[in-house]
Amino acid sequence: MPSPDNPDTGPALDVFARKRFSANAAAGFSLDVRFAVPAGITILFGGSGAGKTTTLGVVAGLVRPDQGRICLAGRVLFDHAAPIDVELSRRSVGYVFQDLALFPHLSVERNVRYGLRHLPELERKRRAGEILESFRIAHLGSRMPEEISGGERQRTALARSLVTQPAVLLLDEPLSALDAATKGLLVDDLRAWNRAHRIPILYVTHSREEVFALGERVIVLENGEISAQGLPQEVLGAPRAETVAQLAGFENIFDAEVAAIHEAGGTMTCRLLPGAVHLEVPLTRIEAGAAVRVGVRAGDILLATQEPRGLSARNVLRGTVISLEECDFKVLARVDCGATFTVLLTPDACRSLGLVPGQPVWLILKTHSCHLLRAGAELPAGPDQEGR
Amino acid sequence: MNWQALMLTLRLSLVTASALLLIALPIACWIAYSPRRWKFLAQAATALPLVMPPTVLGFYVLVAFGSSSPLGRLYQDWTGHTLAFTFEGLVVGSILYSMPFAVQPLVTSFLAIDPKLIQASRVLGASRLATFFRVVLPLSISGLVTAIALTFAHTFGEFGVVLMVGGDIPGLTRTISIDVFDKVEAGNYAAANTTSLVLLAVSFVILALVYAWNRRAWPRMPWA
Repeated sequence: MPSPDNPDTGPALDVFARKRFSANAAAGFSLDVRFAVPAGITILFGGSGAGKTTTLGVVAGLVRPDQGRICLAGRVLFDHAAPIDVELSRRSVGYVFQDLALFPHLSVERNVRYGLRHLPELERKRRAGEILESFRIAHLGSRMPEEISGGERQRTALARSLVTQPAVLLLDEPLSALDAATKGLLVDDLRAWNRAHRIPILYVTHSREEVFALGERVIVLENGEISAQGLPQEVLGAPRAETVAQLAGFENIFDAEVAAIHEAGGTMTCRLLPGAVHLEVPLTRIEAGAAVRVGVRAGDILLATQEPRGLSARNVLRGTVISLEECDFKVLARVDCGATFTVLLTPDACRSLGLVPGQPVWLILKTHSCHLLRAGAELPAGPDQEGR
Repeated sequence: MNWQALMLTLRLSLVTASALLLIALPIACWIAYSPRRWKFLAQAATALPLVMPPTVLGFYVLVAFGSSSPLGRLYQDWTGHTLAFTFEGLVVGSILYSMPFAVQPLVTSFLAIDPKLIQASRVLGASRLATFFRVVLPLSISGLVTAIALTFAHTFGEFGVVLMVGGDIPGLTRTISIDVFDKVEAGNYAAANTTSLVLLAVSFVILALVYAWNRRAWPRMPWA
């Protein structure tokens, strides 16, 4: 724990929380998280029901843990042993809810000024004016939330939280309802704000793009527990757990066994099960014959209509196009090479290659595009082992 | 037209509606937001006057006012007279009788508010009480208006409880509905008709105003 007189040492936000939700005994969910983050943007990443929003709730004081300790900038917000449980209105937390929760009966400006009640009128006016200006919504001050666009509402919600100068900012999927262009603008706003005010920002999302666009760190949640954490490119770029891989967008995941190890070559050969397809994957500490899973992103696979030569890529597989599916400016090709691969193409590439179902093609996979994953059973075990 | 009875009834309705608003707000708030499991009992108790015959309710109120009940004795010691057959007694009876008409619309409006708004207010530093006045109440305007108007209208047309608790004292407890009863008993149908029409008109106007108001009540989170 950082000493009170020097809050810059140590993590800005230190969270340890356990809670069992037994309202529905059959589908009981329990949260068990322990993490410490410095100032800057940390992404909480995971599928729905992983405990991302509950984790935010624990920090904000909306969810009371059964056990744990939460420390923000040297101040203990919650300590089950002490016991300390700082009232949620006194935690100086900024929380942008998933559906924003703007007050529908208040204008944009009065929404933004809501958390400044304790300040003198002049100061309130000044601060609200400044933040409305910096989020480019000053001209909307007198409008009601229902009269402005989604992006403007988003910025209003962000301004309303930040104007109170919170010690931590919690964002629950703040971009999920916006179109790409609006998202980009808001991401820029958030980045700029993050540079100027160094506080921890916990950012919940299930979008991979947002992890890479914003995250300085990522924490992956699964079934209420942290399954991985680190730099985005470490955690999602080369995922080692299968569930993380699915979240990270590995469209191709195969059961496999290690067929041969080539120490000198820095590779191993894996045989995809069932069948005879062999893939070269990067060398890892593992025994020959071990059961593994191999994950490949659909976007990392090259497709050729003629047999390619003179490539550095170690894996060239011959196959047949089963189907082509176009959606959202993308084409997903399903190719049977003995195992079925999904390949991501642009509509343009698909047209210029003249792809049709039934056509013979070659798939090219670089060794380092083939990721060895731990199977589900080997994930870090239950709550009993963690934190003891 | 018995103007005295009309004015008395208006006064009774106004006093009851205002008093009931103050009493019903905390009760409705508790019913809507308390985590207690047994709050359904309180809910059932406040709804009782909806199904009980007014004479039964009036009877119990009368008994409670009497010198054999501790409450009645306390009031008697304090003021020197009993609550029965007085205007104040009528007010107490009316408050109990109209309770569900004030509590129910308020509970319904409170529960219709997105809990996220309440959480947002709390996270932004507002106390529970401040949140109630700055978020919950403004978003419950339609429920509030409904509660006031229904209480007013219900008291305006009340008969059984008034008769049991207040009797029929001109200028003190003779309300407009009792006046109609008296007129009919005396065979004066023409006068009964005039008074009844006034009662009908006032009630209709109040209800029409409530429905008109609720038509343009706050749109609740149209983007949600």
